[in-house]
Amino acid sequence: MVLSRRFFVDQRSILPLLSAHELSVSKRDRLLFSKINLSVSAGDLMYIKGPNGAGKTSLLRVLTGLVSPEEGLVTYREQDIVKFRDVFHQKLLYFGHALGVNRSLNALENLHYWCSQHGVHPVETEIYTVLGKLGLVGLEDVTVNHLSAGQQRRVALARFWLKTSADVWILDEPFTALDVQGIALLNKRIVEHLQQGGCVVMTSHQALDVNYPTKELVLEYRI
Amino acid sequence: MRDSLNAIFRRDLALAYRQRSELMQPMMFFILVISLFPLGIGPNPEILQKVGPGVIWVAAILSSLLGMERLFKDDFNDGSLEQIMLSATPLPMVVLVKVFAHWLTSIVPLLILSPLLALFLNLTEDMYWALLCTLLLGTPLLSLVGAIAVGLTLGLNRGGVLLALLLLPVFIPLLIFATAAVEAASLQLPYNAQLAIIGAMLLISLAMAPFAIAYALRVSQN
Repeated sequence: MVLSRRFFVDQRSILPLLSAHELSVSKRDRLLFSKINLSVSAGDLMYIKGPNGAGKTSLLRVLTGLVSPEEGLVTYREQDIVKFRDVFHQKLLYFGHALGVNRSLNALENLHYWCSQHGVHPVETEIYTVLGKLGLVGLEDVTVNHLSAGQQRRVALARFWLKTSADVWILDEPFTALDVQGIALLNKRIVEHLQQGGCVVMTSHQALDVNYPTKELVLEYRI
Repeated sequence: MRDSLNAIFRRDLALAYRQRSELMQPMMFFILVISLFPLGIGPNPEILQKVGPGVIWVAAILSSLLGMERLFKDDFNDGSLEQIMLSATPLPMVVLVKVFAHWLTSIVPLLILSPLLALFLNLTEDMYWALLCTLLLGTPLLSLVGAIAVGLTLGLNRGGVLLALLLLPVFIPLLIFATAAVEAASLQLPYNAQLAIIGAMLLISLAMAPFAIAYALRVSQN
């Protein structure tokens, strides 16, 4: 099986925000992908496609620095993310399969905790505005395990409005369990972020419904 | 950084309060083991006094093992751990705070209960003070070293048994010195030496365990 790669080099900006050089990752002795190169600059939306098991999530986790690749290097503004972990993580927002929302705490507690963890200090009204936008007003003091799956995801989504200092967004299936309004809201926020000079790397099995040029990277399932 | 560590500490305390039934489990185990011993051995006060320190220490080790998995399991499963690792707060500091919160909520209650249990086992006052000193120095050590093993076994589905197998041999020296200290106290001998050794073990683990735990947690993400 040959890995097909499709990506377009951005001409507009010279310095890419996030780039990967010759990445190879294997999981349980299965090579997921090898020698992948990608680079995203300010304003880029990169969409990673591929069937289940192709290694999309693994690729994203390598890009965040959670997992170290077998070979290759990930850089943020030309700096190795392993060496400059703190610099990178201050500017990163990762939204994974696991939400990072504690089920015994309520939405407000979860967000306060997450914010101080990530060095963001929003004022109380700001949090309420975001919760209002996400349709969670009145539910902010209900423990998260009493919320529906979609609402739980919305609690986690609030981060996109709160951590405004992040310029690299890495999103793993962000639309799962969201309703139509939720998807529209998130799409709008993604475009807004891109227009403000951020970049997004994401996977999704749903067709992207954003009016924005996308770069694509297709991973194939390898045996 | 101070702010985020503070937030973690407060969150862990709040969580412990919400999940108090889970916290009760090791505590109940501790009380049950110690209250069953006099019934099993017979009410001979001399024998009870002889086995008492050992029984309390063994029960403390086993019950701390019972509650140990709680330390990172939920955070690992719901993705909070990922989010902590992706923040700029240094991970060794975070784990140190988490271990301290865990010690405070699941082991300090045992220490508070210990005078009552010492009474069950007919310990003299000297023995009790020696026991309390060893527990105060020794149980943070249990938590710190235990957390390394918890980090290593996080990725496994049933890490509990492996956890016990990994940790029990490591805890044996602590058990020996701690019970030796109480034994010395029962003979009216000084027990500073044993305490000093336990203290030294605690200081070493305080300095090194956070880094080992942080490393184990990073490995668990692979």
